[in-house]
Amino acid sequence: MSIELTVNGQSRSLEVAPDTPLLWALRDHLALTGTKFGCGMSLCGACTVHVDGQPIRSCITPVAAVIGTHITTIEGLSTPAGRAVQQAWVELNVPQCGYCQSGQIMSAAALLATNPRPTDADIDGAMAGNICRCATYVRIRKAIHRAAASLTASGAR
Amino acid sequence: MDFRDIEPLTVLRRALPAPEITRRQFVKLTTLAGTGLTLGAVLPGCSAQSGATASDGLVMPFVHIDPDDTVTVICKQLEAGQGVWTGLPAIVAEELDAAWSQMRVLDAPAKVPMYGNLAFNPKGLIQGTGGSTSVANSWMQLRHAGATARAMLVAAATRRWGVPRNEITVSKGVVLHQPSGRTASFGALAGSAAQLPVPSRVSLKDPSQFTLIGRKHLPRLDARAKSYGKERYAIDVMLPGMMTAVVLRPRRFGAKVAAFDASRAKAHPGVVDVVEIPSGVAVVARDTWSAWKGRDLLKVDWDESDAEKRGTAQLLEYFRRLAGSKDALTAVARGDVDAALAGARQRIDADFEFPYLAHAPMETLTAVCRLSPDHCEIWAGCQFQTIDQANAAKATGLKPRQVAINTLAAGGTFGRRANFPSDYIVEVASIAKATGGRYPVRLIWTREDDIEHGRYRPLNVHRISAGVSTDGKVALRQRVVGQSIMAGAPWGAPRGVDPTAVEGNAADEYDLENVSISWSDPKVGIPVLWWRSVGHSHMAFSKEVIIDELAEAAGRDPVEFRLALLGTHPRQAAVLRLAAEKAGWGRPFPRGNGRGRGVAVHKSFNSVVAQVAEVTVSGNDITVERVVCAVDCGIAVTPGVIEAQMQSGIGYGLSAALWGAITLTDGRVDQSNFDNYRVVRINEMPKIEVYIVPSMEAPTGVGEPGTPPIAPAVANAVRAATGIRLRRLPFDLAAARREQKT
Repeated sequence: MSIELTVNGQSRSLEVAPDTPLLWALRDHLALTGTKFGCGMSLCGACTVHVDGQPIRSCITPVAAVIGTHITTIEGLSTPAGRAVQQAWVELNVPQCGYCQSGQIMSAAALLATNPRPTDADIDGAMAGNICRCATYVRIRKAIHRAAASLTASGAR
Repeated sequence: MDFRDIEPLTVLRRALPAPEITRRQFVKLTTLAGTGLTLGAVLPGCSAQSGATASDGLVMPFVHIDPDDTVTVICKQLEAGQGVWTGLPAIVAEELDAAWSQMRVLDAPAKVPMYGNLAFNPKGLIQGTGGSTSVANSWMQLRHAGATARAMLVAAATRRWGVPRNEITVSKGVVLHQPSGRTASFGALAGSAAQLPVPSRVSLKDPSQFTLIGRKHLPRLDARAKSYGKERYAIDVMLPGMMTAVVLRPRRFGAKVAAFDASRAKAHPGVVDVVEIPSGVAVVARDTWSAWKGRDLLKVDWDESDAEKRGTAQLLEYFRRLAGSKDALTAVARGDVDAALAGARQRIDADFEFPYLAHAPMETLTAVCRLSPDHCEIWAGCQFQTIDQANAAKATGLKPRQVAINTLAAGGTFGRRANFPSDYIVEVASIAKATGGRYPVRLIWTREDDIEHGRYRPLNVHRISAGVSTDGKVALRQRVVGQSIMAGAPWGAPRGVDPTAVEGNAADEYDLENVSISWSDPKVGIPVLWWRSVGHSHMAFSKEVIIDELAEAAGRDPVEFRLALLGTHPRQAAVLRLAAEKAGWGRPFPRGNGRGRGVAVHKSFNSVVAQVAEVTVSGNDITVERVVCAVDCGIAVTPGVIEAQMQSGIGYGLSAALWGAITLTDGRVDQSNFDNYRVVRINEMPKIEVYIVPSMEAPTGVGEPGTPPIAPAVANAVRAATGIRLRRLPFDLAAARREQKT
């Protein structure tokens, strides 16, 4: 059946079963492959996207549940927080294999959007759902702090 | 090692796309290699006959210089997070005197001996990545490549300007004639340089002249793409008409398809084919979700007559029996261990046990195959390119030269993607073959497939008797019981002891006069494989814990006790001293509140790593607060990558130490996903400090050596905190308390 979604500000029409997880609709039907598959059970966070600004796990979210919402993927991340996070990620050489980083960045951008100066405990709380097998966690933490500082300096959120 | 001994200098000709897409792996260098000019057979002056034009730039096996100033390094090693896309270009850029901002990287095609791993085979007959060899085996090769390209650019400037060669300097991508003030970019000279003969000899820099190598912060060439969702992994490959496949495999290893009923699966919308392949039954569909749903509807009867049906409990019983048997091969026998143990002042007898471990890279195994009657093309994060090529050829009935391998970035591997039967590559090729090549096929393993159908770090039982004499001399007898990994090698099983089963043993790592290491090879139908640091992942643990126990028994400080046994191992001693100094080992450690501190040192893959771990034990929960890590890996090519790899190795090893276990019940794997195969998350990552020993020696590996010391360092810290010895992985403090009370 045909399902209408708003993805990265664009209206898109997809021929998918309504129980299709958003992850596979994005990847297989809209060719937005920046969002990754890691576990299929909301355990690893690699598939994190924003629905109306909130981070959600697209691997367990059926497309039928996000009709009428605004979906943002890594390809469409353009908030000040998102840009600051990506900039910090590049500056601090955060990625190793890089596979989980889209999800890490989406979680971090959502954190900074509501909490401009997160503590280490805040970072733990927001980021513990995102697994990185390369264990880039030390630099992820540092990059979130750096992004927060740059956002504060620029007065943007 | 001389560059010219390794391979004929073959020059590839290729017009590279614009810089933005230079590092795109879809370019088929293989075919281009065939049109190129083989310089090894070309006399000076003849190169102009190749049809090359100045607009192509300079194109060599490992370095391409474009007219637009882009310098592209051809990377023969898989980038799986360990940083080769940065480290290998840094080596070339150093000798070339390029600017870092002009560097790009492109994956090499499968082509030996040109792109063979010289550590796997000195003639370069196997292309692959592993054993922390990427930088070490490329070091001289890429320095020569960079220096050769530089010499040709200088020669071109010499001709163009009519000035003596020795008046020309090169710096940050600019060729300069100081007396006249003339300058030229690499791109401006590349076309002319390509017309000149390749010099037979070039001089390399003295390491003291290095400017890029050793730089503390060097931007990773893949950081931007990976931070913007633009890196393309195998799972992201999209070809016109491509279908997605998943495979239903037997729940017991060694079982085979007896019969299957595909009627319900085929009736599911989106499913296009259901085919039997050697490993199971594949469901092929228009998209991933349809394939999964179709697989759920598949009914397969398995023939389990040859399947492994034992569980972990029975296997451990069998392994323990072997540990006490005479059925073993001798790996090391030195001195008289029996006499030394009999005369020891203190003696410890202990068993150490290690579970099977899954690799669980973030990107599950994925590969894409496009097959025609005379050609097969594979896209994957290939770790064993030429072995994968040969296996894909066999699966499709083609010749290896008819199989093109496109190596993409891998979303982690930790050894999983390098396996002798090329399991996932053969699966995708078999599906393409079974579906007649009607469409390109993308195979995706689910996380459950990954955990339940792994090729695991071998289950191990170590039985150790060790003693320390009144003068501090250590005697040690160790029986290692664990399946052979190398038994599956295409060139045949090792004669005698599988070296990967006992690597990093105490006889190799400490000065022991009386020592015996033996190995029993149990017969088990569970597939095994190298898992980050291979044999060191278990050998370092029992060695570093038993040494700690002996130090305690002798009433000696654990660092001092080790140093006394490292007289002929100065690198280990220096690294251990550095870690101890940086951790403040000499100062009293505030105990109480469950706090403890432990140390371990281990050499693996020619690098030495020492770690001091600080833990807090609360009830039976272990929290690792801080790890101080020192490493000697020769010349530190990219210190930032080395630091990252030490953190990475610690995080990976810590997951295994605290929780990692693949267990079996009646031959079926008990774990399935990250809920029951737990790994370290950000809130569980310790604070880590990394110190690199300054060195002028050739670089060695860093992908694996960070992993072995962490588990024993933590176990020793837990002992200091609680008085409990942990000798079984993953750590189960409650069980250890129960056992050690009785």
